Amino acid sequence: MRLFLEARPQPSQIAAWTAPLLATAATLVVGFIVFKALGRNPLAAFHAFFVQPVASLYGIAELLLKATPLMIIATGLAIGYRANVWNIGAEGQLTMGAIAGGGLALWLGESEWPSAVLLPLMFVAGALAGMAWAAIPAWLRTRFNANEILTSLMLVYVATLYLSWLVHGPWRDPEGYNFPQSKLFADAALLPNLLAETRLNVEFLVALAIVAIAWVFVRRHIVGFEMRVAGLAPAAANYAGIDARRNVWLGMLAGGACAGIAGVGEAAGPIGQLLPSMSPGYGFAAIIVAFVGRLHPLGVALASLLMSLLYLGGESAQMNLALPSAVTGLFQGTLLFLLLAADVLVNYRVRVVHRTAAA
Amino acid sequence: MAAPTTPRATPAADAAPRLALSGITKRYPAVVANDRVDLDVLPGEIHAVLGENGAGKSTLMKIIYGVVTPDAGTMRWEGSTVQVANPAQARRLGIGMVFQHFSLFDTLTVGENIRLAVDDTDAKSLPARIRDVSQRYGLPLDPRRHVHTMSVGERQRVEIVRCLLQKPRLLIMDEPTSVLTPQAVLSLFDTLRTLAAEGCSILYISHKLDEIRALCHRATVLRAGKVTGQCDPRRETAASLARMMIGGELPHPQHREATAGAPALVVDALDVRAADPFGTTLREISFAVHAGEIVGIAGVSGNGQKELLAALSGERTQARRNAIMLCGKPAGRLGAAARRRRGLAFVPEERLGRGAVPEMSLAENALLTTRKGGLVRRGFIRGDAVRACAAKIIDAFGVRTPNAEAAARSLSGGNLQKFIVGREISQQPKVLIAAQPTWGVDVGASAQIRQALIDLRDQGVAVLVVSEELDELMEISDRLAVIAQGRLSEPKPVHATSAEEIGLLMAGAHRTQGAGVPAAVG
Repeated sequence: MRLFLEARPQPSQIAAWTAPLLATAATLVVGFIVFKALGRNPLAAFHAFFVQPVASLYGIAELLLKATPLMIIATGLAIGYRANVWNIGAEGQLTMGAIAGGGLALWLGESEWPSAVLLPLMFVAGALAGMAWAAIPAWLRTRFNANEILTSLMLVYVATLYLSWLVHGPWRDPEGYNFPQSKLFADAALLPNLLAETRLNVEFLVALAIVAIAWVFVRRHIVGFEMRVAGLAPAAANYAGIDARRNVWLGMLAGGACAGIAGVGEAAGPIGQLLPSMSPGYGFAAIIVAFVGRLHPLGVALASLLMSLLYLGGESAQMNLALPSAVTGLFQGTLLFLLLAADVLVNYRVRVVHRTAAA
Repeated sequence: MAAPTTPRATPAADAAPRLALSGITKRYPAVVANDRVDLDVLPGEIHAVLGENGAGKSTLMKIIYGVVTPDAGTMRWEGSTVQVANPAQARRLGIGMVFQHFSLFDTLTVGENIRLAVDDTDAKSLPARIRDVSQRYGLPLDPRRHVHTMSVGERQRVEIVRCLLQKPRLLIMDEPTSVLTPQAVLSLFDTLRTLAAEGCSILYISHKLDEIRALCHRATVLRAGKVTGQCDPRRETAASLARMMIGGELPHPQHREATAGAPALVVDALDVRAADPFGTTLREISFAVHAGEIVGIAGVSGNGQKELLAALSGERTQARRNAIMLCGKPAGRLGAAARRRRGLAFVPEERLGRGAVPEMSLAENALLTTRKGGLVRRGFIRGDAVRACAAKIIDAFGVRTPNAEAAARSLSGGNLQKFIVGREISQQPKVLIAAQPTWGVDVGASAQIRQALIDLRDQGVAVLVVSEELDELMEISDRLAVIAQGRLSEPKPVHATSAEEIGLLMAGAHRTQGAGVPAAVG
């Protein structure tokens, strides 16, 4: 008796939507084993990880708060990924966006500019900075065919070090007891709250708007269609006369702009100033979100909620169960790994074959 | 076809069959490839397996050679039942196979390629043995030559010699003449007859009736996975074989006399450097296609067709604007989309992956190259217009598919090709270029596509067909040219030339480079 992987004549739609669920279930199984090996009661651990964080209204608000930057960034990245443009540097683009928006806040915050003008300007500045940072790998790829995975990733460290220099040096708060941090932003430069007694702010609405715009672009616009063609069949895109360079630019800039906006959201939202680290790895987690969401705007929205839960669960597990902080990364990585494995079922099915009897 | 040079000895009909298949069945998710197939091959016999594209011939051969395991049925080899688990076991049994698509490393020499496949340890004597075997069977080879310098016909020789070195008792040849010039075909037949006379059995897979009637002792005919007949092809006519193969008459396209108009596509001294180290550089290609005529470009694969088509379609742009003129205006620097707007349409050689996106629906694939007809308004796609466009193509060209939402890769080769041809024709082009329009397509769809090209010509469109199937080109072209080693011969009216002359032009430029082997034919 043998197990065969047999190619399907048509990709299975059912498998396409159940694969993420299968992967999630398998991740839970892995978690079960890991917790047991770490000497913890698995059920208690799961409770701390998945149930406790969202057991209150505050918890749900935190869930949406963390999901917001993931949703924004992953939506932008997915547009590029669909066209085979691999932007891995969203973390760096986020950082540059935070610097641009935060810099604007520090410069104009004390003056009499109203929130309704200052905040949109900060978002625009952040988006432009993110796009500029993503433009470097885009240019290197279209001009020199340099792999954008490497260039965008390396630029993450450049951006992080630049921010570190800024908050240690020129932008350090003189009244900050020598801590590497900028001045706190003025109230006009902070995002208004959405839900009282919580930290949820209007950036969540911005995220929903971005998801909607991306959905329309990918499904209904001819350029979105052409980018999908380029990702699925580059030779067909060339045959149809689709401009490959335009796709690279659009793919990188979409991701860069979204990451920049998310960066401003972090700076003007829960953090309220510039710190050496503006994000707990949102730029990288968003890559996983994009794939778990099948590169589809609606799927990305759901996947960002899941990933947000993993972040919260990790924090809760650290606090309540004294588990190491790496447990969050462990779950995120396992989820992506198992998702790619479950993806095989979309294009192949498992067949059990009994050997043909010899005559 | 010229008369055979040696008399054909018929093997003793009462000898025990060397290979006997009975009840062989193989099912795939969408189709039953082989349905209770019986086949037997006598020692020293040249046995044809005849059938159109999609009949199940290749699957059956893969079962014999161990690439694929059957779902049911038995195979008896030299009297005992065997189950061939993999090609290595098949070779140990004495079965060799020459595939339609070769597996040779371009960067290695003939000797190195053969050494990779032959498992024996005597590497020192291999070059001598290669020379010996290749000379003996009329397939001269120099073991020191690098494969990338060789023509497709010469590479086939390497594949055959690789098999012969393992002293097979059954040799399977899968569509061997699709890559050969007419003269090289005759030479191959001599080789096969020599082998058969020495007692080697040969399974000859083909859909070319004339060749089978000239070469083979017996034929088994497959249609849609089932055996529809067994016969002696020498005693049959092309019509009776066709009836067994497709259940009816071979269709012939309706032809009207051409009245050519103004030149719609003019190529002037086109020079294109090869894109990759193993490509072909085009030199000074000049020709014109007039409105209302079909120009055919014949040639053996690998002589510059790919580069020429990419240059004409706009996938590769030229520095000189006037190198290519479309309807009187320079188009050399325009990309593919711009050339389409000027009235060019192109059916590429590869269906899946280039002519159509496999995972996308037919509706989306219609949108791939169609921009006229209100499919896109102010940048936004109009879904119903796209679906209507696809439905019209499916309807007008008889594409067999449940609906326009079916994925392109769920269609059979013939149906997808009809869709792509239909999509390009529906754009009402002024110039249509078709590359290998009926490759891998069943007889019915082939006939439809050829008729569609002729109808297009009658409507005043300039049609250029680049193909490796000489019979097809001679059937539908008004003028014919030959591409060889990157150069194009002067197009001549079809009735003023012959298959022999074309064959010589195809092979003419293949001079070997400094390796001391006499000039190869094909």
